[in-house]
Amino acid sequence: MKEADLVVIGGGPAGLCAAISAAKSGSKVLIIERNKDFGGQLVKQTHMFFGSEKQYASTRGIDIKEILVNELKMLYENVKVMMDSTVVGMYEDGVITILHKEDNYFKIKPKAIVVATGAFEKYLAFPNNDLPGIYGAGAVQTLMNVYGVKPGKKVLMVGAGNIGLIVSYQLMQAGVEVVAILDAAPKIGGYLVHASKIRRMGVPILTSHTVKEAIGKDCLEKVIVCKVNDKFEQISDTEKEFNVDVMCISVGLTPLNELLSMRGCEMKYVPQLSGSVPVRNDNYETSIENVFVAGDACGIEEASSAMVEGYLAGLCAAAKIGHKSNDYEVKRAEFEKQLYNLRSGPVGQKILIGIEQIVNR
Amino acid sequence: MFEQTGIPSKDMIMEKFPLVDRINRGPVAVVECYKEIPCNPCQTACKLDAIKVGTDINSVPKVNFENCSGCGICLSKCPGLAIMIVDGSKSNYTVEVKIPYEFLPLPKKDEIVKGLDREGNYITDAKVLKILNPKSFDRTPIITIEIDRKYLYDIRNIKVEV
Amino acid sequence: MRIENHPILEFKRKKIIKFTFNGQEVEGYEGETIAAALHAAGVKVLGKSLFSNRPRGFFCAIGNCSSCFMVVNGVPNIKTCVTDLKEGMIVETQEGKGVIK
Repeated sequence: MKEADLVVIGGGPAGLCAAISAAKSGSKVLIIERNKDFGGQLVKQTHMFFGSEKQYASTRGIDIKEILVNELKMLYENVKVMMDSTVVGMYEDGVITILHKEDNYFKIKPKAIVVATGAFEKYLAFPNNDLPGIYGAGAVQTLMNVYGVKPGKKVLMVGAGNIGLIVSYQLMQAGVEVVAILDAAPKIGGYLVHASKIRRMGVPILTSHTVKEAIGKDCLEKVIVCKVNDKFEQISDTEKEFNVDVMCISVGLTPLNELLSMRGCEMKYVPQLSGSVPVRNDNYETSIENVFVAGDACGIEEASSAMVEGYLAGLCAAAKIGHKSNDYEVKRAEFEKQLYNLRSGPVGQKILIGIEQIVNR
Repeated sequence: MFEQTGIPSKDMIMEKFPLVDRINRGPVAVVECYKEIPCNPCQTACKLDAIKVGTDINSVPKVNFENCSGCGICLSKCPGLAIMIVDGSKSNYTVEVKIPYEFLPLPKKDEIVKGLDREGNYITDAKVLKILNPKSFDRTPIITIEIDRKYLYDIRNIKVEV
Repeated sequence: MRIENHPILEFKRKKIIKFTFNGQEVEGYEGETIAAALHAAGVKVLGKSLFSNRPRGFFCAIGNCSSCFMVVNGVPNIKTCVTDLKEGMIVETQEGKGVIK
């Protein structure tokens, strides 16, 4: 069995930053990534990020990935990577098991772990919601922005949060027609600058609307939508039809953190953080000692905060296992301040209420 | 309504525009950022201290129209593509407008394209004066168009016929 | 169905890879996944559901959801949305659970 100082599970924005910050503190880090490339969902984010300079604002997500990977390469003396490897178990004795290339099993016993496993897309219930042609918005983004393949000819987007709005814009950039964006909520959930960007391209945004039914034989051919009232109940005689071959479901994400449950970390369902999340302390350490968490796995937020959480968790995890850097306090305060700034506006209120419920101080 | 449609009201738009007198003196930025979000690259990009977000990065940016030279550096830096430059100094009948445009095909110089409003409706023909797409704009080209002055407050986008 | 020109991205397509889908020859590019290559070739139905025999396409495209399971080189339950295309692969729609050998 291998041994390691610090294992970071997941090489997305949170995991990369956790590894960078821990390696800079002098800890030996092993990053385990299930894909063949780093970056997580950054690899398909062709738009410029919000935030401030410190979170690479105004840089496209695809380029932020390159920046982080290059920074990691500079720290090669302290960093090892294991690609195409999925962590499949975390056990009471501190051992984690890894499936490498869907073929070999490994066991590792690290001193500490940062779980940065990200999130998965939520689904929506309606008749025939399993027809091919109905995809997660993130899936469509992967298909067109990573592989350069158009998902179809005409798209109906369900969900006017940031992902729904951004992916609609990106579909148009790829030359695909977006017929409309719907959202059951009475207001647009995403940033209104994104909404305006879509609107001025002539795409309608239908709030208080939901999918009534999908129609198609082998693949999606038509979608029937209708209005909903303030209790989200469908209103009869308000149906509209859209002849589309693609429907994107973008109704939010849920933290992907079964490994933490498996390990026995205390979990709590927190709607503001979009699902079941681990109870943690200010250092991003869960109820199990030396098991840390960062990014969407501990609550759905923007990638900018996921990166800062990663830096913070990596710093704290390294310190916990004996690699407390000289500027630990300064760095810690700086990351805290960045997170405070990102969350202090109206958009961050919900997140702060959520965090309040899971942080033991 | 804005939060249902993504289309700002006339009053909201007017609040973001400088007075006509300032527009007639030369190019100036109109920052159509209406809601508080954690974002401040416009402030970082501006070397003339003309755009201020302040210490709370969630604040809505404020433009000092007197400091603004209309250089347009903020246009390609804004992740929300919320900024445009208007210039009424060239003629009494037309205005020049600079907008970010991230689609293909790009228009050509002197081409007549369709001028669209904030809802994507065609309002007027627009003549393309310049297409700027240097590396520093990071794939957000800036298109300068000339339109009839009466559409100053309505123009927000263009459509290039394929 | 492939994107040729894109305002932000440049798609440098590598070597052409030939494979078969339900016995028919299909072409894709090196570096893409089985599901992406099939989608580019117009194939959206990747299998049939376990009990009701309903058509299945991919949903998440990042290996989370199991909707894209296919039989590849005789092995069932392959996550085609994250499995790289290889020359000569035999890809088939999956019906039922598949058998672990």
